[in-house]
Amino acid sequence: MLKNRIIPCLDVKNGRVVKGINFVDLKDAGDPVEQAKIYSDGGADEICFLDITASNENRDTIYDVVEKTSKKCFVPLTVGGGVRSVEDINKLLNCGADKVSINTAAVQNSKVVVESSKKFGSQCIVVAIDAKKNGEKWEIFTHGGRNNTGIDALEFAEKMEDSGAGELLVTSMDRDGTQVGYDIDLMSKISFKVNIPVIASGGVGNLDHLVDGIKLGNASAVLAASIFHYGKYSVKEAKEYLNSKGIPVRI
Amino acid sequence: MNVTIVDYNSGNISSVINSFKEVAKDKVNIEVTSDLNKIKSSDKLVLPGQGSFKSCVDALNNINGLVDTLNEFAITNKKPLLGICVGLQMFADIGYEETDTKGLGWISGEVSKIDNQNGKYKLPHIGWNQINIIKESKIFKNIENNSHMYFVHSYEFIPKDKNVISATTDYSSNIVCSIEKENIFGTQFHPEKSDKIGLKIINNFINL
Repeated sequence: MLKNRIIPCLDVKNGRVVKGINFVDLKDAGDPVEQAKIYSDGGADEICFLDITASNENRDTIYDVVEKTSKKCFVPLTVGGGVRSVEDINKLLNCGADKVSINTAAVQNSKVVVESSKKFGSQCIVVAIDAKKNGEKWEIFTHGGRNNTGIDALEFAEKMEDSGAGELLVTSMDRDGTQVGYDIDLMSKISFKVNIPVIASGGVGNLDHLVDGIKLGNASAVLAASIFHYGKYSVKEAKEYLNSKGIPVRI
Repeated sequence: MNVTIVDYNSGNISSVINSFKEVAKDKVNIEVTSDLNKIKSSDKLVLPGQGSFKSCVDALNNINGLVDTLNEFAITNKKPLLGICVGLQMFADIGYEETDTKGLGWISGEVSKIDNQNGKYKLPHIGWNQINIIKESKIFKNIENNSHMYFVHSYEFIPKDKNVISATTDYSSNIVCSIEKENIFGTQFHPEKSDKIGLKIINNFINL
């Protein structure tokens, strides 16, 4: 039986781990390579690095982090943030990333998704959807949540599946950093709309939120940062809890 | 001993390289090359593969003499070869991804899309799934039945001769996830991404 995945996410800036509350107020808290190793030893099903301010800053540091991590962690490594082109994807994959998540560039030009999934395979192309509720629908935000595009998130999700995305990483901008739980409505609507796996992200504050993301949100995988990063829970505790709630996990 | 990872532009192989180097340490030499002479003189080969069946077969054919060299290595000389993911799928006669494409024809069978049962199962099949070992295989030495391995694929290899199947995994149906036929080994899952247990499989292959 296929297991639901738990993915700790490390937000990285200038080669160091940070976690933003609603993408601001960054706190420096550690070496990403070491953190990733702790997570993978602790049973993380995948590791995710998000180069959080990459759109605006010199991002060469991330390549070094990815290269070092991939020599120590033997679980899948996803890297996102500031990925603009097929060449950026190529570079990250060559450094040892297994998947690359594309956000702003996918919205601006879906050809990046089409071309990269053809060139490298859908299995390594994750499209990151940052969405915020507006009335009855959700709209896509880009540039780390700063720009509202007005694009309908559900329609966009379907378009990304057609363009060749292998997975969707869906983040609720309303919930990110709030610790009140995933936007379940958004997760389940997108998950039922597409046939590719959905990773739920944004808003996890406790282990029941992870359960809800899978049971109610129909997510294949749940991503969280703060609850793991600040030691509130270990990945192992999270898995044992999910297991106790009848969710299949790798233990 | 030399273990060669065949570098034929089949997409991202850094994880395969990292994992084999991690396991080999200084005991075994890991080469990454498309040089035909180096491949020929190697003791063991690893054939990775990412992307579509067609793109991988095309990439093999793009290197002059590579398919002949692989045939000589695995079929004539019967030296150990491990195919990973699409590397395994290419053992088949034919694959149906994108368009009908001829495979290496080492193990009779076809590669077709996993039946998603009208959307009941998401594709790609991504994540950790348990393997059901149905036949002893040298690469499964000290690997417990029902161990978790990391998968990412939408197509499955369906061999004609079921005796080559060493393990299956349950996703929509019993998907073939490991095969052993004499000197030819293959895994649909990614041992290089399957944590310590995956490294053990790589170690078993290196120590054959």
